[in-house]
Amino acid sequence: MIYLDNAATTKPCRECVEAVSAAMNDCYGNASSLHKMGTVSINLISRAKQAVLKGLALGNPPLEGEVIFTSGATESNNTALFGANLRKGKIVTTAMEHPSVARVIDKLEEKGSEVVRLAPKNYSDFEGALIDSVDEKTSLVSCMAVNNETGFAVDVKRLYKGVKVKNPRTLVHIDAVQGFLKIPLDGDLISVSGHKIHASKGIGALYIKKGVTVSPLLFGGGQQKNLRSGTEAVELIAGFEAAINAYRYDYEYFSALKEKLLAELVKIKDISINSGEKCLPNIVNFSVRGVRSENMLHSLEQYDICVSSGSACSKGKTSKVLAAFGVSDKDADSAVRVSLCHNNNEEEIAFLCEKITETVKRIRR
Amino acid sequence: MKEIILAKYGEIALKGDNRNSFEDMLVKNIKRRLKKIGRFEYSRRQSTIYIEPLEDVDIDTAVKCLKSVFGIGAIQRCAVFEKNFDTVAQNAGEYLRPALSSAKTFKVEAKRSDKSFPLKSPDIQQKLGDVVLDNFPHLGVDVHNPEVTVRLEIRDNGAYLSAERIIGAGGLPVGSSGKALLMLSGGIDSPVAGYMMAKRGLVVDCIHYVSPPYTSDRARMKVEALCEKMTEFCGNTIFYCVPFTEIQEAIRDNCPEEYFTVIMRRLMVKIANKICDRYGYGGIITGESLAQVASQTLQALKCTNAAAEYPVFRPVIGMDKIEITEIARKIDTYETSILPYEDCCTVFSPKHPKTRPSLEEILKAESSFDFDKMVDEAIEKTEVKRFRYGEKTVFID
Repeated sequence: MIYLDNAATTKPCRECVEAVSAAMNDCYGNASSLHKMGTVSINLISRAKQAVLKGLALGNPPLEGEVIFTSGATESNNTALFGANLRKGKIVTTAMEHPSVARVIDKLEEKGSEVVRLAPKNYSDFEGALIDSVDEKTSLVSCMAVNNETGFAVDVKRLYKGVKVKNPRTLVHIDAVQGFLKIPLDGDLISVSGHKIHASKGIGALYIKKGVTVSPLLFGGGQQKNLRSGTEAVELIAGFEAAINAYRYDYEYFSALKEKLLAELVKIKDISINSGEKCLPNIVNFSVRGVRSENMLHSLEQYDICVSSGSACSKGKTSKVLAAFGVSDKDADSAVRVSLCHNNNEEEIAFLCEKITETVKRIRR
Repeated sequence: MKEIILAKYGEIALKGDNRNSFEDMLVKNIKRRLKKIGRFEYSRRQSTIYIEPLEDVDIDTAVKCLKSVFGIGAIQRCAVFEKNFDTVAQNAGEYLRPALSSAKTFKVEAKRSDKSFPLKSPDIQQKLGDVVLDNFPHLGVDVHNPEVTVRLEIRDNGAYLSAERIIGAGGLPVGSSGKALLMLSGGIDSPVAGYMMAKRGLVVDCIHYVSPPYTSDRARMKVEALCEKMTEFCGNTIFYCVPFTEIQEAIRDNCPEEYFTVIMRRLMVKIANKICDRYGYGGIITGESLAQVASQTLQALKCTNAAAEYPVFRPVIGMDKIEITEIARKIDTYETSILPYEDCCTVFSPKHPKTRPSLEEILKAESSFDFDKMVDEAIEKTEVKRFRYGEKTVFID
């Protein structure tokens, strides 16, 4: 199997699998229990929080604040946006957000907030444009760190600083699902997910900066400082920590693979590359006109190659997100996303290119 | 207290000399349905099948199963007593309690087919009404529009008391009209068409065309799931899955684009003809609805119809999408039909299909390539699968 759909999900790494298994065997205590087994679990969770804080900063001094573990980024995003108790006012966000942010902001809009959605295609300096949109009334800026369909990366640290200079009362939420461990992050609220970095599905986290208050979505036993009731999934948290510690993002390696892929793709007539220069090299999105995404996907599937047609979450629907990058509807209908991880190599890319070329010959009309 | 189920005939009651064969088929179908629920004894008298449990069985489940058996007009669960009014009166309160304790109005209907019973029907009605009112003083009588109708039938074999009569699936027993092949696409319409023809007594088996890599495994599984859901009404079903990629590519490469869909439909029908020949089907069923899409205009239907060597049944031809959807929801295929996986009909669909093709044009366009060999090959490579009533083997929804 040549798995090139790592932006949809990743294979859990050996370290993660071992940590989950070890925790299931030895660390099954309820973190709320007062006995020894509970203490072991608390220690594990607390250690994992430090790993998340360190991972967010990525080489810079760890961020300060609270980390709560959630069921995944959808829950983190919902908790951040619904829980932030925003005053009515203006929300600045983007037209490229994942549905777990975009739909929540739609709800806030229905409840009376004014929402401004900026599309990257309209600005050469996107961070600057977001910062410029912030005014006295702005209660929130919500922006993804790295776009899941194109790999477009935002300079989050610059954005955070700029917003705070413009209006210190404005909260900044960063959906960092695709950016976590790839670029340095900062924000008042940051959502991350385990299964995009070789941990398991069912685990994610929300970072809450010191001084920021959030109301919980879930009520119950008052776990995680009353911010997220429900027994902590110690085993999954152990796997998450192990995956964070094992993760290395090799920018040069991915750049080389992307270059090789693009060198072959540009030989195809009528192809457009939807991942531009501000994109991280591990995601490459392209459209071959006359070959619909699904047909390309199923054709490559016959050779055990897994790619994605746009984003797996929107199953078959044409991506509105690509429009935010200036991709026409017609090209969006043909968009294919190849997303890499460190397990992928040059031979796989060569084989992929060969099969793409064959598919285009067969299917294109 | 013994409880039994009466399955009353619908249309079969109108049959003449050949009525026996319909009855046999219905009893056979009912037996098949109830086999897994428990042991029953079956007997038929007076346009009714008596279904009597021989062991402790779950009557609720049995009634639920019978609701989807074609040929049954009404289902009635009853308590059986000896033919003695006092016995009925003593037990009526207890048996009717679940139905009457929360109702506001009722009436009594009595029937006496055993004329040797000493009370006449109006007398029975009045006396039983008094018994009910004694037991449930909160009730009012409403002879025109009662919430609950209590029925007492004095039949040859006993007195049957009931408060629950459920409308059955109607139609004719599956199998009594022969068998036909349904072209099942994965959309909303074709399962409804299959359901409607099964209701007319046909065994409905399904044929489906797949075009990998243009269509996905999931699209096929969705259709298998639909086929499996249809067993609820149609009984055990055979699923023919025809590989169709090469034929579609050949049409694309050799025929004018605007005729693509009609030629494709004709070739689908030609394949269905041969499957009918081989396995003894007497007709083809489609979910076509007049003018719904370009390939379902009068002219296009003429072209596809001309390829058929069997009668083509199009039971939803005069229905609109809302009516079809309503039935799809009733038979629980709707949610599966709207899963987003693409089927082979849409793969190469032309931008501007010809809505009024003439048969001459189509035949001419078709003659530019010899499709016969490909049709035979597709039939040889057809996969056959069986889906059984009450079993879930496809997990996609």
